[in-house]
Amino acid sequence: MSLDVDAFADAAGAYVHIPFCSQVCPYCDFAVVAGADDMAGRYVAAVVTEIKSTGSWRPLDAVYFGGGTPSHIDPGLLGRILETLKSVHGLSVDAEVSLEANPEDFDSARASSLRSLGFNRVSFGAQSFDPGVLGSLGRRHGPDQIGASVNAARSAGFENVSLDLIFGTPGETDVSWMDTIRGAIDADPNHVSCYSLTVERGTPLGRAVADGAIAPDPDVQADRYESADAALAAAGFERYEVSNWSKPGFECQYNLTVWAQGEYEAYGNGAHRFRRGARSRNIRRLDAYMETVERGEQPVAGSDPITGWDLELDRMFVGLRMKQGIVLGSGGQTFLESDDGRRLVDAGVVATSGDRLRVTNPLLTDEANRVVLGLGEPNSWK
Amino acid sequence: MTDQSRIRNFSIIAHIDHGKSTLADRLLEMTGAVSERDMREQLLDTMDLERERGITIKAQTVRLSHVAKDDEEYTLNLIDTPGHVDFSYEVSRSLAACEGALLLIDAVQGVQAQTLANAYLAVDAGLEVILAVNKIDLPAADPEGAAQEIISILGGSADDVVRISAKTGEGVARLIERLVEDVPSPEGDPDAPLRALVFDSYFDAYRGVVCYVRVVDGHLSSGQRLRFMATGEVHDADEIGVLTPDAQPVGTLGPGEVGYLITGVKEIDRIKVGDTISDSHTTASEALARYQEPKPMVFSGMFPTDGDDFENLREALEKLRLNDASLTWEPETSKALGFGFRCGFLGLLHMEIVRERLEREYNLDLVATAPSVAYRVTMPGGDVIELKSPQDLPDSTARESISEPYVRAMILTPTEYVGPIMELVTSRRGEVGNMNYLSPERVELDYELPLGEVVFDFFDHLKSRTKGYASLDYEPADYRESDLVKVDILLNGQAVDAFSSIVHRDKAFDYGKMMTSRLRGLIPRQLFDVPIQAAIGGQIISRETVRAKRKDVIAKCYGGDVSRKKKLLQRQKEGKKRMKMVGSVEVPQEAFVAALRIDDDS
Repeated sequence: MSLDVDAFADAAGAYVHIPFCSQVCPYCDFAVVAGADDMAGRYVAAVVTEIKSTGSWRPLDAVYFGGGTPSHIDPGLLGRILETLKSVHGLSVDAEVSLEANPEDFDSARASSLRSLGFNRVSFGAQSFDPGVLGSLGRRHGPDQIGASVNAARSAGFENVSLDLIFGTPGETDVSWMDTIRGAIDADPNHVSCYSLTVERGTPLGRAVADGAIAPDPDVQADRYESADAALAAAGFERYEVSNWSKPGFECQYNLTVWAQGEYEAYGNGAHRFRRGARSRNIRRLDAYMETVERGEQPVAGSDPITGWDLELDRMFVGLRMKQGIVLGSGGQTFLESDDGRRLVDAGVVATSGDRLRVTNPLLTDEANRVVLGLGEPNSWK
Repeated sequence: MTDQSRIRNFSIIAHIDHGKSTLADRLLEMTGAVSERDMREQLLDTMDLERERGITIKAQTVRLSHVAKDDEEYTLNLIDTPGHVDFSYEVSRSLAACEGALLLIDAVQGVQAQTLANAYLAVDAGLEVILAVNKIDLPAADPEGAAQEIISILGGSADDVVRISAKTGEGVARLIERLVEDVPSPEGDPDAPLRALVFDSYFDAYRGVVCYVRVVDGHLSSGQRLRFMATGEVHDADEIGVLTPDAQPVGTLGPGEVGYLITGVKEIDRIKVGDTISDSHTTASEALARYQEPKPMVFSGMFPTDGDDFENLREALEKLRLNDASLTWEPETSKALGFGFRCGFLGLLHMEIVRERLEREYNLDLVATAPSVAYRVTMPGGDVIELKSPQDLPDSTARESISEPYVRAMILTPTEYVGPIMELVTSRRGEVGNMNYLSPERVELDYELPLGEVVFDFFDHLKSRTKGYASLDYEPADYRESDLVKVDILLNGQAVDAFSSIVHRDKAFDYGKMMTSRLRGLIPRQLFDVPIQAAIGGQIISRETVRAKRKDVIAKCYGGDVSRKKKLLQRQKEGKKRMKMVGSVEVPQEAFVAALRIDDDS
């Protein structure tokens, strides 16, 4: 295998949260805000302050601007943050610098300025090529804008372009989903993410479903997932994680760092990091985040220490999402020796190959991960 | 000691909520037994459950003093009776201690089946029955209609029916006068050897078993050496006394008197309600009434949700039995539910009360299997075995026949529901009997039907088909041979003992279909297809499949989600702890409860 996922355990990542959106999609439960663009300048200043105050770490191998919609605000503001990251931590040679973008924001001018600021990977929230589905997802772009924005990115010099797709939205059909996959392939990205529509509590979609709206059908979603995997594989995209496919060499470096249990910093409201034996998170509310940083305090809202056996289970939890899985290790051995683990091996959900433990049916990954979370520390573990 | 001519022993018979306890409170208050200040509502109903449900489970008794119009002081012994059919044996014991009964009818609801059943018991026991219509203060009251109904059944004149409001006290003074005038005084022989009836007992943590007794002949004195005639047990009367309602020790109870007796016995089993007490030396030649062991009619398996609670369940049952000698149990092992007890109950309400007390007072989480009745199986050699659990039914080749208990059921209903009731009874293999009109609007229907059909949600259906207006009472009739089969439920090819049931062959298919489809909705999808089958012997009569789970994965798990997603799966994992492994199938605890729930639509 050419991709060495284990190497990412030593990578250094950084996540930057940009909460601003033109409007909030009905299924979204991230820390986002619509109609607050005038706060972007103040917010970016706070993020810059936060980066500086946490001090220098080591050169970053992967930086990811997520949201919200990073492409929604002035590229110059994003550039200020990126510059600060460079000056505080430094960037490795060939570092991946990603941002999320919406097709409707991404014209040639914006593409060129983002590329010249140092971004080299763009991930579009394409979601669907079915106008009806785009409408029910509350998206503002049409199918045509997806191709146009990819072209704009290509012209501006982005050599690494990804499309996000959502499947299983009520109203979508087998045919329209296959049209979406074909549309995505035709747009010629380097990377595709396919997510089943998930109903989260507290979102407008969650409330609608609670009130009796049609919920996505898990069996239909399983069908769509399998048909997408087949079509993408035929087009040269290889699945490397539950929901991610890429052309060889275009796997998302930042996300591989997360799944390989590498460390990553995080900045901005609601951002999560994994550093110094703990997973910790920032204050989620935008105004509270900014005020805390402006007072000169750390905007950390909470922290879960992850050490010892928990660290081993954490390694399995994130690592089993990858197609290559994990190096067996003590956790993998314990899994194989447990009743529940054996049951999953017998059912063909999990398998070993060489010194690795892998989930062979990605749609049942959580079956394996629930078992992982219940594994007791073996006597042999020190 | 009170002279017999000035003793009146009586019970109050009433349907649930017809105001018996309220009337008892008023009697206590008006005779000065309890001051208004000490009065708390429904003083005689001491158990929490009784207060909540407004029903009496254990009979209570109280001695009242009343100066009547003739200026004589009378002793009125109120012997309370349980109102429900399940406890008819207890009712009959209480009635045996009385000369009179007060039949209380709700002026809004009219006569109900249970009232009538108990009234018949009173008439059969030769008691003077005084009729009273209660709740005349309510705007919807129809005292005339209620009075007409009862005299059309029991005879008499409407003028003799006392109109009262136990709540306001209106008419209660008149009622007390009627008790003194109409209830016959006891006529025991003071010089004969002692004969006293144990009509109730309860367990007191400090004093041991306390018996409620009615002296019929002779005298019961403190220190006396006593013989319990049915059991043969001999004990000393450590303390005797009367209840006013507080216990007050006395030296002697004479003929006609009612009181309590403490012998120091600690085990409730050793004192049988219904037994006759006599002197150990000059034992009476004949007991008062034939003692009869209360017979459980309904059986259900009770299993702790948490297997570690098995011993706690045993202890709780033992404690409950201290006050409820009719509760029986034996250990039972279920492959699906683990270790538990097969419990026997007098009826469905009894079962429900016991279960509720176990869960509430003893903090136990229980799974109860569907109630069944005691079938009798005739074996090839002619031996008859009694079956308490469907699991124990021998194969069809290893038995001659099965018979099942039938009951005589009495249903009182507004006439417009006769059609739907007949339909229901027929669908439950019932045989239609007499129809008696109590009034142009209300009718009494008599049926005979299998108890097994009654215990399975019959009452719920009766209530729903009659908008709650019909009332039901039943008594055991006889055993009849029926074409009964055992329906097994198989999960993934393996029979689940807890779901096995004995049903009539004609209904086996519907039952199997109902169970399989109900279970299909209750069993979560697994990693493989799970067939759910209903079978008689080797023959499959119904099949459903829980399809294998295809998708169980969080779509997005990135740097920002790891902790949250972990917690989400952790919570899901906690939920799985409440699963029982049945073979290789994970079955949620709730599925057992819900599948065995009998009040579901079917």
